[in-house]
Amino acid sequence: MEFLQYFGGVFEPVSFMLLLGGTIGGLILGATPGLSPTMAVALLIPFTFQLEATQGLILLGAAYTSTVAGGAVSAILLKIPGAPANIATALDGHEMARAGRGTEALHVSFLASGVGGIIGVLLLIFLTPVLARWALAFGPSHLFWMAILGVTIIGSLDSRSFVKGLLSGCLGLWLSMIGYDDIQGAQRFIFHDALTGGVNIITALIGIFAIPQVIEMLAKGRVEHQVAAISVGKQSLLNSLKLLVKNIKALSLGTVIGSVIGLIPGVGGQIAGLLAYDQTRKFSKDADSFGKGNPAGVIAAESANNAMVGPSLVPLLTLSIPGSPTAAVLLGGLLIHGIFPGSDLFDNYPEVAWTFINSMLVGQVLMVIFGIWVASYAARVAQVPPPVMAAAVLVLALFGSYSVQQSMGDVYIMLALGISMYFLEKVGFSAAPLVLGLILGPIAEANFIQGSMIANAMDGPVRYFLTGPLNLFLVALVIASVSWSFFSSRKQVNSNTATLDVTP
Amino acid sequence: MSASIQPAKNAGRLQHLLPALLVLLLALVVIWLSYTREPAEAFLFPRLISSVMVLLAIWNFIRAAAGLARVGDGLAGKTLLNIAPGVGVMLLLVYLGAKALGFYAASFLAYLCVYSLYDPASHLSVKSWLRRLWVTALFMVVIYVLFNMLLKVQTPRGLFF
Repeated sequence: MEFLQYFGGVFEPVSFMLLLGGTIGGLILGATPGLSPTMAVALLIPFTFQLEATQGLILLGAAYTSTVAGGAVSAILLKIPGAPANIATALDGHEMARAGRGTEALHVSFLASGVGGIIGVLLLIFLTPVLARWALAFGPSHLFWMAILGVTIIGSLDSRSFVKGLLSGCLGLWLSMIGYDDIQGAQRFIFHDALTGGVNIITALIGIFAIPQVIEMLAKGRVEHQVAAISVGKQSLLNSLKLLVKNIKALSLGTVIGSVIGLIPGVGGQIAGLLAYDQTRKFSKDADSFGKGNPAGVIAAESANNAMVGPSLVPLLTLSIPGSPTAAVLLGGLLIHGIFPGSDLFDNYPEVAWTFINSMLVGQVLMVIFGIWVASYAARVAQVPPPVMAAAVLVLALFGSYSVQQSMGDVYIMLALGISMYFLEKVGFSAAPLVLGLILGPIAEANFIQGSMIANAMDGPVRYFLTGPLNLFLVALVIASVSWSFFSSRKQVNSNTATLDVTP
Repeated sequence: MSASIQPAKNAGRLQHLLPALLVLLLALVVIWLSYTREPAEAFLFPRLISSVMVLLAIWNFIRAAAGLARVGDGLAGKTLLNIAPGVGVMLLLVYLGAKALGFYAASFLAYLCVYSLYDPASHLSVKSWLRRLWVTALFMVVIYVLFNMLLKVQTPRGLFF
């Protein structure tokens, strides 16, 4: 119960104001189609430079939590999911809104998000120290394999193509090697002056997540932006609470599925929401009403996508392996404050770690309170024309990347990476494994070098890296993730071919 | 009879081949540098990664050349035409304008150009231009307050600021 000692830190005036601001801002950003939680958190990182580590993390954590929940507003009122995690919410949520039950849908959406989110964070609180103690037994070879596993698992799961997913991971690992090698002092892959200091993680995150979305917003050209939001009326919160209790099965299924999905690196809120929705429908006696305005659909999807937020941070805080792209961005936020997550995080920085986690718990409650209040206003943000939004994100990305090190080189790298990523995504490459490669590259390399030195003094690298139960277990997981991706990729190609060969 | 593959869903072979070729070339450059540059100790990890990267890049290229790379929506010609002005503005104003005009001036122009180029409202209407200018100026004031006054970020100054 160590976490209880650090609850006071959350309620310090500056920290609480940041938590409140991050929650309300996140709800509004989340309701804006095209602004993903990952991008919102990436754009916020430069604003945390001047803050203490704890305060910066509180802001980022609040934004992460509330952008996922805020995406439900536009999903329900406009049928435009604010983030991929809210796709399943739109299926029944919008139908409810069309039937004049918009407020009810928003209420149950935020209440389910809150319940799922709180359970997810509690899981984070109780699982993290256990895993962190287990991670203390990890040596350089294990950490090397963990980093490689992080890249392969996300490369496998987040990409539609096996080879392109892994290649994206390799590109990220290569980007992480650019610049001066700290140990040997050698220059590596410096093709331009801007690359002398290497590729800054925050700069890369902003470019990779923000610029493709800016270009995507412009891809429709000069078209009229017509979005008609369904207006919402007043509705008793008590009735919505009763509705939530009535759908306890959907809430439980969503929370359990979201929590489990969150623990698996790379799967993310979109899968959590859709899987919870699908399972709830299958277990429902009234399966036919799904997609026609059944509140159980909204409850399952929203509880799942918020329940995954807390557990997705477990591998990040214990093993430095981010469980999702947004968690990877949070890792960037930790690193800029000189905090390296891992087995000793809770020994070295207990105040930072526990205050941050506790703030996520309080943030869930604030998200429910303010979500219900802000919802009807937040929908208006979705009516902002795409060119205005695209221009705003572009300028924020320019200033955000410049402010990292006050260097124009960072701005050039940010834009080059962002534009390249847009085109690469169009041919099946993925941003998530690339970012994971970039973030985990230094961890993998440092442990590879350290392991090689130990191996040279012992029985050689093969014996050091490939023997021992934990090494073998991790290697088996790497092989399993790659094989699973290979076979599922082939299955997908075969099913696509079958679909294309259908005789009309 | 096979249904025709929609260009928006499945990019043409060239659209996959060109990036596959570029990635392969990059992988070859990386592996060449990794194995030829000194000190060798500094390139131990790059050698490992670049070897895997080359294998994957060759595999990816073969698949693209054989027309087996069916993943990714690709880019329709119209989409390319739509994004070209926006991307052009970004490149021009960031790589040339920021230092010549100043960071704020270039950002102001970038915002105004992107907004104006993609705004469906008439380009001949004074009212539309006034709205665009007003929105841009307002946004830049917010940016100035956030970055200059609160975060104390000193941006490059050129002809303007």
